[in-house]
Amino acid sequence: VTDTVAAPAASVRAFARLAPYAAWIAGAAVVLLLPFLFRSGTALTIMSLMGIAVIFALSYNMLLGQTGMLSFGHAVYYGLGAYFTVHAINAVTAARLPIPLPLMPLAGGAAGLVFAMFFGWVSTKRSGTAFAMISLGLAELVGSSSLILRSFFGGEEGVSTDRTKLVGALGWNFGPQIQVYYLIALWCLICAALMYALTRTPFGRMCNAVRDNPERVRFVGYNPQVVRYLAFCFSGLFAGIAGALVAINFELANSALFSAAQSGSVLLATFIGGAGHFIGPILGAVLVTFLQNMLSDLTEVWQFYFGLIFIATVLYAPGGLSGLIMMHRPVWRAGALWRLLPMYALMVLPLLLSAGGIALVVEMLAHLGLKSAEGPTMTTAGIAYDANTWKPWAVAAAAIAAGAWLLRAAWPRIAAAWDKAQAVARGKGLAA
Amino acid sequence: VAELLIISTLNGVLFGLLLFLMASGLTLIFSMMGVLNFAHASFYMLGAFLAFQISRWANFWVALAVAPVIVGVAGALVERFGLRNAHRHGHVAELLFTFGLAFVIEELVQIVWGRAPVDFRVPALLDFPAFTVFGTNYPAYKIFMQLTSLAIFAGLFVMLAKTRIGLIVQAALTHPHMVAHLGHNVPLIFMSVFGVGAALAGIAGVIAAPALVTQASMAALLGPILFVVVVVGGLGSLQGAFVASLLIGLLQTFAVSVNLSLADIFAGSGFSPQSGTLLSDLWRVTVAQLAPILPYVLLVLVLIFKPTGLFGNRET
Repeated sequence: VTDTVAAPAASVRAFARLAPYAAWIAGAAVVLLLPFLFRSGTALTIMSLMGIAVIFALSYNMLLGQTGMLSFGHAVYYGLGAYFTVHAINAVTAARLPIPLPLMPLAGGAAGLVFAMFFGWVSTKRSGTAFAMISLGLAELVGSSSLILRSFFGGEEGVSTDRTKLVGALGWNFGPQIQVYYLIALWCLICAALMYALTRTPFGRMCNAVRDNPERVRFVGYNPQVVRYLAFCFSGLFAGIAGALVAINFELANSALFSAAQSGSVLLATFIGGAGHFIGPILGAVLVTFLQNMLSDLTEVWQFYFGLIFIATVLYAPGGLSGLIMMHRPVWRAGALWRLLPMYALMVLPLLLSAGGIALVVEMLAHLGLKSAEGPTMTTAGIAYDANTWKPWAVAAAAIAAGAWLLRAAWPRIAAAWDKAQAVARGKGLAA
Repeated sequence: VAELLIISTLNGVLFGLLLFLMASGLTLIFSMMGVLNFAHASFYMLGAFLAFQISRWANFWVALAVAPVIVGVAGALVERFGLRNAHRHGHVAELLFTFGLAFVIEELVQIVWGRAPVDFRVPALLDFPAFTVFGTNYPAYKIFMQLTSLAIFAGLFVMLAKTRIGLIVQAALTHPHMVAHLGHNVPLIFMSVFGVGAALAGIAGVIAAPALVTQASMAALLGPILFVVVVVGGLGSLQGAFVASLLIGLLQTFAVSVNLSLADIFAGSGFSPQSGTLLSDLWRVTVAQLAPILPYVLLVLVLIFKPTGLFGNRET
């Protein structure tokens, strides 16, 4: 979903005008049909978590990508949204009010908004590093306070609720996971649409301007501090809704929602997906949630791989996944993508070799360190080997070195193919 | 009360000195690159775990000499091959890189040394009470920690203020282009300063580890407090970092030992909120329970009322 580029033919232009809506319609259809494709309980759980992660990551990107504010404490609004929703559900249940569950995320959103208005007043006075530090300090402050104020936050075990006690909607009582999935999906679509719409308003554009050059923003008569504050409030609102959905999903809110790991993982997801495009955080949230749930079955040390992927993204692809994809848009539209595909195929083997070697080293370290009780023998793909001998280490080192060497050797050809494809796109007026 | 005062002051100064060992490196690195190194506390943790490993193979004194060197070299490599690349993509990318690094180092330490705390003991040579105050033994190892930190500051100060190398480093921090024009290799200076900063954190890790708990979460526990120190002291100011380190060290140590709550102070008033309410939580919380959040309260207050920090001359 990006700007439409002026294209030569009238039919193309008409199609381009419809394209943004087509993307939304397609997205809604996918969300609607997914449970028919993946029927297992695990799949439903993971897809529900993905929906929540998408809202949370999009709300985070209002700060990082749109306004250029790096926050290390976004989980504060997520957690507060969750706690207030749990208390709201309990209060509504106790008072027997006819408020249906699907409206409950509004309570979380309101909590996120109010606290963002309060904390944002303190933190958005500064930008850059100072803002990042304040967000970190506030996160620690709220996290620690949640353990002190036991009557509201329930101490270590948190506060639980029962979502089925509320009035349902459309004859649903939201007991089964599938109904919760559709509730999350609906909110996810609404929030995504609202956040996208916000980027298209003058305010959204002003946020981008504050990100790129706050000084010029001041020259044209806006106060960057006010813009940052408003962006922060909106971001808190949507983070609160995400938190509300997580509370409804698990029927529980606990202090882990405030943890630094929570704030860190939304940053990771947003950045890996790509902060520069609206679609980026969506991709990142889906991918990261999927990996969190799938990799944790495969390997005990999945977080380490996660960190490596993140560092690689920061160093080599600061635009993230969506940045990489969007890089290819002009080439694709110029019909020159076929020039690149064989070159990319060339990269697959070296990358797999290196990655496999690194993974072997990490797994051997993990086996010796975390599972020392099981002895040094381990099995990968049916091959048993002893991690205390030099041979597997030599294999790993050789794989890493060979991969790196092959990639180096192939790189000039890949770069040349890229340049050629770019030249074609430029020739057709599709790339700058 | 006198006993409490003396012991808390000693412990507070000790904690403050440890904080300054790390904050000094962090401050130097900040003045140099304009970026707060998120992974600084991770170098401290690496120092602690490497020292644990080396002291198993050899002894504590070898570890004290070798571990910081390894950490320093690792730091220099991180600057050369990581941070310098990230620098091309701007400040946010640099900050994110160090954030990712901290994440990876924490996971790596868990992979290699496991998730449970390791058993790192005070060397036998220093395992005796140095003196006794009001019946409380003060361990000799803590005295050793204080002396080591003080010796390092003295060395660092003399090197920065009195030697030619120190002058070049100082000049490179403020006027890198001019220093480069004079024929000095500025990237090399930056790499060395980063390495030395990491090594200082490593030393702090080595000497702190036997006294504290050596575990994979030690970086995450200390890192945020370190940021509080450098921000409160004023970014880029070494004196500020020194004062703020001692201030926060004393603040936390004293707070932990004060077991008072509002309910105790106003015990005579007869006011007692109903238990299970927010008010009652606030009424009964003790100062000791608040100790972990005090530095962050200080951070937020300083950033609101004196954004330059205590001694800084630039806004954060």
